[in-house]
Amino acid sequence: MKRSYIILLVIIAVAVGIILSTTGDASQYVDFAQAAKMAGEGDDDVVHVVGKLKKNAMGEYEGMSYNPGVDPNYFEFLLTDTKNRTEKVLYFQPKPQDFEKAEQIVIIGHTKNDMFVAEKILMKCPSKYEDKEVKI
Amino acid sequence: MNLFIGDYGHLFVILSFFAALLASYGYWEASKENQLGTQSWLRFSRIAFTVHALSVFGIVATLFAIIYNHRYEYHYAWSHSSNHLPVYYMISCFWEGQEGSFLLWIFWHAILGAILIKVNNKWEAPVMAVFMLVQAFLVSMILGVVIPYLHTRFGAFPVKIGSSPFILMKESMPDLPVYTSRPDFVAEDGNGLNPLLQNYWMVIHPPTLFLGFALTIVPFAYCMAGLWKGWTKEWIRPALPWSLLAAVVLGTGIMMGAYWAYETLNFGGYWNWDPVENAVYVPWLILIASIHLMISYKNSGTALRMAVIMVTLSFLLILYATFLTRSGILGNASVHSFTDLGLSGQLLNYLLTFTLLSGWLIVRTWKKIPIEDAEPSVYSREFWIFIGVAILSLAAFQVLATTSIPVYNTIAKALGLKLSLAPPAKPEIHYSYWQMGFAIVIAILSGMGQFFWWKKMDKKQLWDALYLPVIASLCCTALILLFGLLDAYSGEEMNPYVKGAYILLVAASLFSIFSNIMIFVKVVRNNYRITGGALAHIGVAMMLIGILFSSGYSKIVSLNNSGLVYRKDFSDEVNRDNLLLFRNSPEKMKDLQLIYKGQRIEAKGYGGYVNKDWVLPTQDPYKVILRKDLKEKGVVVFKKGDTLTTNPENTFYEVAYVKAVGDTFTLYPRIQQNPRMGNVVSPDIKHFVGRDLYSHLSAIPVSEDEREWSPTETHTIHQGDTIYINDYVCIFKHVDVINTLPGVKLGANDFSVVAHMLLLGPDGASYPMHPNLVILAEQSASGSIPEMNEELGVKITLDKINPETHEFVFSVNTCQKDYIIIKAIEKPGINLLWIGTLLVILGLGMAMFRRYKEFMAMRDKGQEVA
Repeated sequence: MKRSYIILLVIIAVAVGIILSTTGDASQYVDFAQAAKMAGEGDDDVVHVVGKLKKNAMGEYEGMSYNPGVDPNYFEFLLTDTKNRTEKVLYFQPKPQDFEKAEQIVIIGHTKNDMFVAEKILMKCPSKYEDKEVKI
Repeated sequence: MNLFIGDYGHLFVILSFFAALLASYGYWEASKENQLGTQSWLRFSRIAFTVHALSVFGIVATLFAIIYNHRYEYHYAWSHSSNHLPVYYMISCFWEGQEGSFLLWIFWHAILGAILIKVNNKWEAPVMAVFMLVQAFLVSMILGVVIPYLHTRFGAFPVKIGSSPFILMKESMPDLPVYTSRPDFVAEDGNGLNPLLQNYWMVIHPPTLFLGFALTIVPFAYCMAGLWKGWTKEWIRPALPWSLLAAVVLGTGIMMGAYWAYETLNFGGYWNWDPVENAVYVPWLILIASIHLMISYKNSGTALRMAVIMVTLSFLLILYATFLTRSGILGNASVHSFTDLGLSGQLLNYLLTFTLLSGWLIVRTWKKIPIEDAEPSVYSREFWIFIGVAILSLAAFQVLATTSIPVYNTIAKALGLKLSLAPPAKPEIHYSYWQMGFAIVIAILSGMGQFFWWKKMDKKQLWDALYLPVIASLCCTALILLFGLLDAYSGEEMNPYVKGAYILLVAASLFSIFSNIMIFVKVVRNNYRITGGALAHIGVAMMLIGILFSSGYSKIVSLNNSGLVYRKDFSDEVNRDNLLLFRNSPEKMKDLQLIYKGQRIEAKGYGGYVNKDWVLPTQDPYKVILRKDLKEKGVVVFKKGDTLTTNPENTFYEVAYVKAVGDTFTLYPRIQQNPRMGNVVSPDIKHFVGRDLYSHLSAIPVSEDEREWSPTETHTIHQGDTIYINDYVCIFKHVDVINTLPGVKLGANDFSVVAHMLLLGPDGASYPMHPNLVILAEQSASGSIPEMNEELGVKITLDKINPETHEFVFSVNTCQKDYIIIKAIEKPGINLLWIGTLLVILGLGMAMFRRYKEFMAMRDKGQEVA
């Protein structure tokens, strides 16, 4: 029976390793304040921030800039998080399709030099899957 | 408005639900030991099943009729279909919505149930009792019945059971303002099918996947029936071919999805570790583990208890996958989960009911399940199968543990705790490293296991069998290393541990391939029917190598070498993966040139793509008028002035890849512009034997109506004069008077003045342009037809002609030149992945036929449960 116990122990050890790596690699949903605090403490873990695009009083998007002629791999915009703090977000990728149409945006990255460097952007476009408007 | 058809549909749903319940109850009665009444219960249940199956076909037919006839008074048709949707995509509407995909699943169950009744004698009643109970739960998901004001502990409120595909727009969106003025309003056109689903893979992938889902229930039903009736070991034989079939179909479905993602989506690969993908990968792994245990039991009578657990788990994990993807619990974690239809409670009930029922049955009969007392020797196949199963289970557990992160947040919230865990930010690394470790062990085991399969082993025999494949694989790995195939592309650093793991994976996979080839050669001479295992293992190992090279060594071809570092303080983050291409201006890469040639559209009846500049739009966006003769292989297919039928949503961007030495090819990456659902980017892929070249657009300039134009410049000139437009010299050569103009109806006295302009670029290239001024003599009216050159971003309009002074008035506008931003990736070795997949399918399929024959032989001897 000895061998089965050793195997069982190894399996349990690997399973514990899996659980530890899941919690270790899991990212966090934070706001800009927390992200900045983490960066200030030298913690460059990648975090998720949920927010909306910054609009001015006229309903126009503010601070959005994409100039492919200069650099197709650089896009910046302003995002207001759920706590109403607005920060500049840099995205070293082309501007995503239908970016303005997104109702909610999740940026995944970290704060650096008082700006948020996004590695990935997830957009929630309600029009894609939910049907709100009917053409008459 | 036709309200009857929906009522019929709803009637069929309710009928099929109660018929399923009755069939399950009837089969339960028929399973009882007393001989009296068994036959009549059996007859009753079969009738109930027939009514159920016919009703299911009725539901499918009704829903299809609603979609096919564009009955937009029904919400399902409106929200998933549209007038221009081709018939072959109408079936895809079934799986765009949740209700339809439940229906598809139910449909497969109805067919499988009929087969089970046909092929079984003694097993029919108990298996079908379990099977129809599962089916009843599934049908309840589309029941769409509201029980008014149920009194519960939490108060009285209406309870909704299931979501019917037959609800009307008016019921689904009663708050639409139009209903106050026009109560019988019906939409003119539907919302349309998601452009991503308008792909042939999406016509066959979901049915395959759902058939795989449906098939996992069959071994589960046999297992439960076996435990219940005390046939604790006899269930293996009939269940095994079904498990193999489930593994084939589910595996094929998963890989079809992967190929679809590769061909249609733009994340640059075939696997994204998305929760929706992971949710089906996990049960597949467990299914494979259960098959190995069942075979182990058949050969040596061990591992029966673990087989029971694994078969049950594979079914429960399918239910869990359904719960994850359909309850809305994934929220932000997945890009393509269904929205919550309010079924989460019902789905949870479904999952918990069968978990508790099967758990209870297993615990109750645990002691009766035979077990082998002696511990298996290290030189026995049972031992190694057990290790393999443990590895497969751990691999499944790893994916499950991380994919369930959103579930932990929900559970914590229910307990009053605050948890805001997000999925890993780099899923590809988190999952791949673990799975690669498991894959290395699996590859070694699948190479070794086959030897144990065929004979009893000891130390010496083992070495005699193994030394050849071990040496061969080590030599091949050394060669691969020598040729630098496992080195990173120049200029990149590679983590030595990662490279070490890659080398191990290659060596282990090669070992598995060689040893399984040896087995194959040995066995095929005697009986080719039993080579399924060897073939499937060769396939798995090939897939591993294919995945390693195509993912671990994919190379960005479209490197932006313009050297612009936009922000010096972020030099770490800057990437150069995407390249800007102006039309007709080549960009040099290392060994090739990329040239963007312009926009193309499809035309019905024409094999190639049509230059968008050669056609004129009409009122109907689906029709365009040709401005030049269209040739195919030198033969004119369409003439100037012909009307072509096109799909206005699709624009293809012709990009030529020119190499100094031969090998020039053209790719047409696509953008689908769907007014309601936004732009969808699809790649185009050039397949070579050893690699794929994959490219997609990362961004396009704004659409025509959003363009920013320069202020109009007006020029009043004579024939032969020259003007300047941006960097271009524009010569106004002469005018002609013509009587026919494509796309314009000209009367007998009408005519058009066409101006011949020639623009000369600084590099000497010349671009003819021909703006028109149409003169309608009878109405004494005139109209300008401007000419736009997308490449230059120049539009010229002939506004007026002054016959007395021979002066021509032109207005000139300029805008951004046409450009695209492209990403091109080379994926080496990807064909190994697809070939390996086919081998796995073939191997599992052969094993299935072999096991099914065994089952039939015993059944025909009347020894189904003996």
